Amino acid sequence: MPDLLLELFSEEIPARMQRKAADDLKKLVTDALVERGLVYEGAKAFATPRRLTLHIAGLPVRGRDVREERKGPRVGAPDAAVQGFLKAAGLSSLDQATIVSDPKKGDSYVAVIEKPGQETHLAIAEIVPAVIRAFPWPKSMRWGKASAAGASLRWVRPLHSILCTFGAETEEPEVVPFEVDGIVSGNTTYGHRFHAPGPIKVKRLDDYVASLDKAKVVLDADRRKEIILADAKDLALAQGLELVEDEGLLEEIAGLVEWPVVLMGSFEERFLDIPGEAIRATIRANQKCFVLRDPATGNLANRFILVSNLLASDGGTAITAGNGRVVRARLSDAAYFWQTDRGSLPDLDTFRDSAGKLGLDLAKPLDQRMAKLDKLGVVFHAKLGTQGERVQRIAALAKELAPIVGADPAKAERAAKLAKADLPTEMVGEFPELQGLMGRKYAELQGEDASVAAAVEEHYKPLGPSDRVPADPVSVAVALADKLDTLVGFWTIDEKPTGSKDPYALRRAALGVIRLVVENGVRLRLTQVAKDADLLSFFHDRLKVMLRDQGARHDLVDAVLGEGASSNDDLLLITRRVAALGRFLDTEDGTNLLAGYKRAANILKAEEKKDGEGAFAGAADLHLIADAGLIEEKALAVALAQATPKAEAAVAAEDYEGAMAALAELRPAVDAFFDKVTVNDPDPAQRANRLKLLNQLRQATRAVADFDRIAG
Amino acid sequence: MDPTRSFQGLLLTLQRFWAERGCVVLQPYDMEVGAGTFHPATTLRALGPKPWKAAYVQPSRRPKDGRYGENPNRLQHYYQFQVILKPSPPDLQQLYLDSLKTIGVDLALHDVRFVEDDWESPTLGAWGLGWECWCDGMEVSQFTYFQQVAGVECAPVSGELTYGLERLAMYVQGVENVYDLNFNGLDGEDRISYGDVFLQAEQEYSRHNFEHANTATLFQHFSDAEAECKALLAAGEAPEGANGPQHLMSLPAYDQCIKASHIFNLLDARGVISVTERQSYILRVRELAKACGAAWLKTAGGGAA
Repeated sequence: MPDLLLELFSEEIPARMQRKAADDLKKLVTDALVERGLVYEGAKAFATPRRLTLHIAGLPVRGRDVREERKGPRVGAPDAAVQGFLKAAGLSSLDQATIVSDPKKGDSYVAVIEKPGQETHLAIAEIVPAVIRAFPWPKSMRWGKASAAGASLRWVRPLHSILCTFGAETEEPEVVPFEVDGIVSGNTTYGHRFHAPGPIKVKRLDDYVASLDKAKVVLDADRRKEIILADAKDLALAQGLELVEDEGLLEEIAGLVEWPVVLMGSFEERFLDIPGEAIRATIRANQKCFVLRDPATGNLANRFILVSNLLASDGGTAITAGNGRVVRARLSDAAYFWQTDRGSLPDLDTFRDSAGKLGLDLAKPLDQRMAKLDKLGVVFHAKLGTQGERVQRIAALAKELAPIVGADPAKAERAAKLAKADLPTEMVGEFPELQGLMGRKYAELQGEDASVAAAVEEHYKPLGPSDRVPADPVSVAVALADKLDTLVGFWTIDEKPTGSKDPYALRRAALGVIRLVVENGVRLRLTQVAKDADLLSFFHDRLKVMLRDQGARHDLVDAVLGEGASSNDDLLLITRRVAALGRFLDTEDGTNLLAGYKRAANILKAEEKKDGEGAFAGAADLHLIADAGLIEEKALAVALAQATPKAEAAVAAEDYEGAMAALAELRPAVDAFFDKVTVNDPDPAQRANRLKLLNQLRQATRAVADFDRIAG
Repeated sequence: MDPTRSFQGLLLTLQRFWAERGCVVLQPYDMEVGAGTFHPATTLRALGPKPWKAAYVQPSRRPKDGRYGENPNRLQHYYQFQVILKPSPPDLQQLYLDSLKTIGVDLALHDVRFVEDDWESPTLGAWGLGWECWCDGMEVSQFTYFQQVAGVECAPVSGELTYGLERLAMYVQGVENVYDLNFNGLDGEDRISYGDVFLQAEQEYSRHNFEHANTATLFQHFSDAEAECKALLAAGEAPEGANGPQHLMSLPAYDQCIKASHIFNLLDARGVISVTERQSYILRVRELAKACGAAWLKTAGGGAA
């Protein structure tokens, strides 16, 4: 069975796109083949910086023949019908049709159309150009002379050549001929850009891989990764060091080289004074190099691993020296930032007003930065004022929230005032991803309280559903204040998230508030800080999304919120209630009570339609029950009389398990009631009284949750 | 002039290389710009159907990058060597590599790589796809296939090469500090270093950019340039039904757009523009750039009749 080998050779493909592009190529081509009935034994796709390659093994030489019978008109039908049949079946005269006899319908014409299966190479010649023209690159471009016209070919970078051969192992494979925007398919590839740039004739996968290997191209990205990782570890080990592994970086580097050559460079030890995070950030982001650590101390070493794409004629000395020079330059920058940020600002006098306003100590470097941020009047948002104003609001709120979360108000206020102070530092200006972390380091260096310093970093957290939630009360106070200020602010100016648009990450902020409150057991009445009813319902929505993502039933949130959603502003209580309700409904008592409730509610709804809303409000007449009621009716009345106040008291005491237990006590009485008692008694007084009893049951459950809103 | 011996030798070698490949060799644009791309020979000539090949040096100002002359690599004023080829030739990567060879980069010894870098200039309403060109881990050039400029789709696409001259010179001269570069290629007391030429300027301009540039005046200048640009664009519209070019002042209008852009950069360096406000300033400059691009397309240079 023949194999297909396809290579699309281009200018350098972005590393991050290569793997997906190879997968897409495989899927698009194989899907199109299968659609034409051309099944294959196996397919594998590869990518290097300059090529996407697809190998499909075990294709048929041609597709299966298709035989189709098309029914025509009866013999002797009007000419128009006959002509129509001939045209549709592609026949030139009735001689080409056969006649079949049917005892009931008589004789009629049938056309037998035999379609020979398409030859596979012809199918490939149709499929591949179509796949290339519609390839799903995340970003594609036009180039060259052809781009003067509107509909020119788009590719991720200029496409230079296409290799496409098809044939069995035992024979000379043939080039599948086609053309895409002037690029004619062939059987030529090219090796490494510098080591073997000349053309290479290719037959099939075997010799293709071997020739490329000889031409310093490792086709398989996973093999390149293995080589890099193994060589990097060996080099580290030889120096008694340990590679700081980084899968994302490894994947990226494997997409930057066709022939990985792993080398080790070094920098001056003095740079190790810079925080390790900053060293790693600069070496990784700017240089795409690995850092190394000393296994004994866990500290970074003054060495790095670089991966070049060249087997240099001097063994890599010049390349290592060049990379080292750049790394040193980058680290000089970082060291300069690290030093500058810890020193005094030159124009201190101009910040006195700001320092006074914010209660900052201008003897301390981080305080100076905050004063500078305020003095510069940097606008946070045109309608929400400056960063300085914002920090003042956050500090006031953090102080106010401190007692609620168990934090020292003075520490919370202090931490809030330093929380944004690292924004004007040099280090954060260069590496924005280090915001918070650098603030903490600078806070520690100027002798801030440990909780205050931690809060400077942690107040940004949690950054997403999987990010850690801070637990130190000072951090919790500032984190809450920061997020609530943002939310209240944007709600005030009516800049709410819509659809997929949430430019200020307000959903994330609300989720952060919820997680901070719930995971730390904070009792916070949101309406004290966020009076907007719409904002409260935004929180409720976020809570539902969060619970749903955690696999909980979000209908329980609606049930717990009930009618009075706007008064439910304590997120911790809501989640506790939802959890208790969920556990209750998982029990047999819960399921049965819910069923009983639904039955009662349905009956009430139907009867209220007749008698009017509120017709059965008020307590049931216990005398009537005592005198003429059934035993099950009496039992329910007694159970309600006991369980209702118990459930209400438990809810008031925030004992939701207790409330559920009280409701559970109702279950046998409810079951028995429905078993034996006919609600719609012919006697109107009995009927009304029994409906009142059911209404009391409905009221009793409402103390805990609105069971109407529970699904199922 | 040996390109590995002197800064000016490098510059002259690149000029000669691209002149021999059919480029018009232009001189720097006489205005403050943040990058060679702002030169109308790139921004405006990238628009419209007419073929165009040009190469030139452009002094570039990035007020924020000033380091008072204390950083061995960062400058608030530096040189870019800019090449624009329209339409982009099929062998542009090879041409670029040949130019590196010409200035003394041995490609058997150095690791040259094309690393993804999608170029975007929000202020110019422009974007393109291409790479940072790395030599042993150092970015020495930008390589871009323009897809859109001034909000207009490029047809045909231009290829743009931007060489960071100081970095390249440091590389080929084997120098660690930019100020130590040999500028004129001479030795002894005749030797002129990059520092001799530019160190004092870096110190003075850093003071200006970060501490003394009058922000109130700059805000006013920004508004003035914006207003002037719009006024020139309006005044340059040819009367309806007129023969010949349909816009008569696209180039002077574009000068005002460049001005506004540089003033914005200065304000940014002074730290008086916040993240959120930044966006609106960028948008204002982009609107000017787009309008200038549209005006250019109505001129002979832009391919109109």
